Amino acid sequence: MPEVSEYRRQEESISLSPLERRPPDLDGEEGGSRAELLTLNMGPHHPATHGVLRLLVELEGEVVRDLRPIIGYVHTGIEKTAEDKSYWKVIPVVERMDYLSYYFNALAYCGAVETLIGVEVPKRAQYLRVIHLELNRIASHLVWLGTSALDLGAISMFWYCFREREQIMDLFEMSSGQRMHTRYFQVGGVAEDIPAGFAEKVRAFCRVMPERADQYGAILNRNEIVVKRLRDVCPLSEAKLLELGVTGPLLRAAGNPWDLRKAAPYCSYDDFQFRVPVGSAGDNYDRYAVRLAEIYESVKIIEQALEGLPEGPHITEDRKVALPPRHELATSMEALIHHFKLVTEGFRVPPGEVYYPIEGPRGELGCFVRSDGSSKPARVHMRDPSFVNLQAFRWMVKDNYIADLIATLAMLDPILGGIDR
Amino acid sequence: MPDATGLELMARELREVEPDSVLDTIFFRDRATLLISPGSVRAVLAWLRERGYRFLASVHGADYYPDEPRLGVLYELLDMERVDRLTVKLRVHTEEPRVESVTPDWPTADFQEREIYDMFGVRFEGHPDLRRILMPEDYEGHPQRRDFPVGGEPVLFTVNQALGTHYPD
Repeated sequence: MPEVSEYRRQEESISLSPLERRPPDLDGEEGGSRAELLTLNMGPHHPATHGVLRLLVELEGEVVRDLRPIIGYVHTGIEKTAEDKSYWKVIPVVERMDYLSYYFNALAYCGAVETLIGVEVPKRAQYLRVIHLELNRIASHLVWLGTSALDLGAISMFWYCFREREQIMDLFEMSSGQRMHTRYFQVGGVAEDIPAGFAEKVRAFCRVMPERADQYGAILNRNEIVVKRLRDVCPLSEAKLLELGVTGPLLRAAGNPWDLRKAAPYCSYDDFQFRVPVGSAGDNYDRYAVRLAEIYESVKIIEQALEGLPEGPHITEDRKVALPPRHELATSMEALIHHFKLVTEGFRVPPGEVYYPIEGPRGELGCFVRSDGSSKPARVHMRDPSFVNLQAFRWMVKDNYIADLIATLAMLDPILGGIDR
Repeated sequence: MPDATGLELMARELREVEPDSVLDTIFFRDRATLLISPGSVRAVLAWLRERGYRFLASVHGADYYPDEPRLGVLYELLDMERVDRLTVKLRVHTEEPRVESVTPDWPTADFQEREIYDMFGVRFEGHPDLRRILMPEDYEGHPQRRDFPVGGEPVLFTVNQALGTHYPD
């Protein structure tokens, strides 16, 4: 029998039941109880809001009774800007929407344009895309994990997660020259083949990453503070989540294994063996656990994609869409004309409209592109998962403590750049 | 995706249940779209929900300038069991851009309808809280319309006003 310390006995003797008691009926049965509510403004500048998110919170004591998110503080009109640029110049603009998952934004957009044109993406390009997408998914989850743990008071997690993220940024820099917003994905393939030594570096990273994820788990999984702050906190049922349009890890945490990579494979995802982690309770702990487990699965996908990386071109041979290789410009008049046409006017896309959904780190990321036959898109719209998922926040935190609001917001993982676009 | 034949069959069935609801069917790049009349949107979406399309993935707007009717609202439906997608589209004129809101049936449409109202000026009747969502509340105009001018936006800093460097009216 382990001895229970005096402190622990005292701690456990404290009852929180007076605080947890539900107030008299809010609909006015005892008259004027709504007047007791305190409306508190949180944000837009609040470190725990993960961006410029403003929340109007109705509090009764420490309990949240209602909440309204107010957004638009970083609205930059990217969708409007895109209408004024030729198709290939839109890619760097849409990458800046959800700034943690730039490869995903680029793929959603490029995929939509490729579908409109009907261009085939070479197998090697698809595999290279998968490698970068999954690296990006890990990087995005690492930023989420580091900042979320910071919200719960665990500062060291932040350093650990950013240490691994830094390795991924270095890999991105190696393949594309940029750490963020790489513009690596092009319509029809990827910008360049991977440099010599890249594959070895990614393999080395894949060896290290599961170990590191084990370490994160060892720090957090059974950490008493983490468990108490997350387990059984702010759950939401699968039915309610579906009604609110929530997808991604939040939906999977509630037990629905919906993952577009499995359900409707794009970009050769059906070539790879991986599992879809799901939760059972749909509480904050499951949201955390699902994302942590996804890191392992992403590593598996990267390893398989490197193993099976086919030979071949890294971008489509269709010169009407993709730039000719540099060396051809000196010898071929035709290549020069194609180059000139692409760089000045850009390529024209047959009229039509397409909605192209992919599985982003936060859920279904869909890009809607409408073409009117010219060389500029007539409409680009991103269905950003953060934007839709934010609607569920109110239902998650209703009748919970304000401290849990911060933890739940962290587990919701909203990216305001994606919400406001 | 329903194939081209499946889409036609669906449109015929829908026409029997809801006369004058389906105006056209579009099958483009293996993607099926139903063009419906604006008045029947709730009935059509409710009927499709019975047919398995229980998840509303996205609602977004588009401006078909210079074609008439100019504004379009697109509903991306998803059947998670059969992994099937269907787009429902409707068009409204800019003079009378009124569509019935589907938020009471599909709570996920709340923010997205507000965004379409904000960007295109389509008024969703029956929406619980139809306000601007991304642009400032006092903003004039609907910036995603194709005839909305690009540039010349005054910068709302008082220092610009004092220096006289703000854009002229």
